[in-house]
Amino acid sequence: MEDTGIGLWGVPLAIFSGAIRVSTPFIFVSLGESITERSGRINLGLEGTLVFGAMTAYAIAVMSNSPWLGVLAAMATGAVFGLLHGWICKFPKVNDIAIGIAMMQFGLGLAFFLGKPFIQPVAPHLPSISLGGWSNYPQIQSALNINVLFIIGALLAVALWWAFKNTRVGLILRVVGDSSDAARAMGLNPDTVRLLATAVGGSLAAVGGAYLSLYYPGSWNEGISSGQGLMAVALVIFARWNPIGCFLAALLFGGAGALGPALQSVGVTQGYYLFYAAPYVLTLFILVATSSPTRSLAGAPGALSITK
Amino acid sequence: MTKLLPMNRRNFLQTTAAGAAAIGLAPSLFSTRAAAQAALTVGFIYVGPKDDYGYNQAHAEGAAVIKAMPGVTVVEEENVPETVDVQKTMESMINLDGASLVFPTSFGYFDPHMLAMAEKYPDVQFRHCGGLWQEGKNPMNTGSYFGYIGQGQYLNGIAAGYASKSKKIGFVAAKPIPQVLQNVNSFLLGARSVDPAITCQVIFTGEWSLAVKEAEATNALIDQGADVITCHVDSPKVVVETAAGRGAFVCGYHADQSPLAPEKYLTGAEWAWGNVYTDFVKKAQAGEKLGNFVRGGLKDGFVKMSPLGPGVSAEARTKFDATLAEMMKGSFSVFKGPIKDNKGGDAVTAGQMLAEDAIELESMAYLVEGVVGSTS
Repeated sequence: MEDTGIGLWGVPLAIFSGAIRVSTPFIFVSLGESITERSGRINLGLEGTLVFGAMTAYAIAVMSNSPWLGVLAAMATGAVFGLLHGWICKFPKVNDIAIGIAMMQFGLGLAFFLGKPFIQPVAPHLPSISLGGWSNYPQIQSALNINVLFIIGALLAVALWWAFKNTRVGLILRVVGDSSDAARAMGLNPDTVRLLATAVGGSLAAVGGAYLSLYYPGSWNEGISSGQGLMAVALVIFARWNPIGCFLAALLFGGAGALGPALQSVGVTQGYYLFYAAPYVLTLFILVATSSPTRSLAGAPGALSITK
Repeated sequence: MTKLLPMNRRNFLQTTAAGAAAIGLAPSLFSTRAAAQAALTVGFIYVGPKDDYGYNQAHAEGAAVIKAMPGVTVVEEENVPETVDVQKTMESMINLDGASLVFPTSFGYFDPHMLAMAEKYPDVQFRHCGGLWQEGKNPMNTGSYFGYIGQGQYLNGIAAGYASKSKKIGFVAAKPIPQVLQNVNSFLLGARSVDPAITCQVIFTGEWSLAVKEAEATNALIDQGADVITCHVDSPKVVVETAAGRGAFVCGYHADQSPLAPEKYLTGAEWAWGNVYTDFVKKAQAGEKLGNFVRGGLKDGFVKMSPLGPGVSAEARTKFDATLAEMMKGSFSVFKGPIKDNKGGDAVTAGQMLAEDAIELESMAYLVEGVVGSTS
């Protein structure tokens, strides 16, 4: 009997590889949402955009045999969803949270309806870069098969963090997000900025969906997301609207989500329902630990409807 | 929004089906045979999409078989959650479509949803897929049907036992309910009939359909050295594709997944619901009483095996065929004592031999020795 297992090392390895494999949709949705929220608007509909993006990417990849075309198509539909949300929210007395929930249901329903014929076909997957060639362990080689989208997400997080601080576009976004009046005084139209920010946010969220259906788990069905888009929106608040924070929080969620299956695979089999709750318990702890009775949410854009 | 769409789709399907049936039957209107068959509307409710390469597809394929029978109208609704939603679906099937026989196919539809409807509509017959119906406790217009697919998982285990080099096999399971535990145990016992040193690692995901967690579980099993994977989740597509992508062999479940991994697919335990539904419909049309407790296995045509894949050796094929032949005679027992459970207790005592229809198996709450995992 040859032993090919890696025993207890499986747990940290699973957390590490889970952080990379599972986190990518969280990264893209939360980065997109951080752009939208920095402009002073909340788009809760990203769960719908994520699922619709997953469906579009899969369908286009099946039909064109090119996964990258699928990603582009998903980005386009995500932008359309964002534009729709931004356009409706422009009207007076419209609540962006309510529209977000409506857009979420709309996106889910439409994706399920149009996605029917694509549950069975098999789409080509997105490529990954193999960084584990130095190791003799197939487990490590597999864990270090890193998808291109993950790398793009990581670079994007740094780029956004820098751009929010140092570029004119970043400044415009922050002014609009902090005070509509100040933005108007500067000659900016807050509605237009928010419209564009929501569109960009939507197209990033759809890339997260494309990752789900075209790489991991790499298949389209109606349960593909199971709420990841909603969790990613919450991650933005958890990460205090900081793109690098979003990236780290997404890694944390991905890694914690891998804990349950990994512990069972090394024989820690009691109470797996509790381990599956690990990401949420972790979030509660961090929120409690970082909360303060004396100041309000640091970094929150002033014009956001939850802070008003 | 989400409620309206399936309703429309179903109504649409139903109208087109009725239209097609009318056109198809028109030439035979003068034949007394077709006219003699009572018109029967049958409702099918699925918890997920009906082309999921899994549980729902198996049922939908069965529904498609009876759709072709004369005098039968089939109404279907997919993606119905195991909540009060399923009661609304049943009511609309009964009141709007005139369904007199309803098959709510998912485990969680039974209590309280199907039972509530059965009380409200005593003239409608309800048959639930699973092992929950109890005589004396549940109304007589309800009942259950299920297949003894454990023997299929035992045959999967034989194919896995020969294919495994690491002597570790893996099982991705949804919830620790008796039917799932029986499949896990049967899979290991089948593999141990080839080599008693084999162990089977089980991971419970906690839900019937969680794509990301199923992929994580499959990866975790393979990281621990398992080289043949099977599963009991609603849609095995993700598990099959992930395992084959990592180079492991797979055994299928529910439906035939060989198109997803033609090289790595060994065999699979599939449902053959078409035979079961045909039987129910024939009885209903003839005005006979429908069975309340309908069970059957490989030999009764309730369960079938996928064709063996290219990864199955000649030696494995011989043993597979011999065991299958014995099962078809009805004399085979998977749970033959003595069998210990994986906590050291007695699961099946020495000399005890549980046939596939033994009622003890429907309340199984243990994992046998050699399975690494826990039921809670």
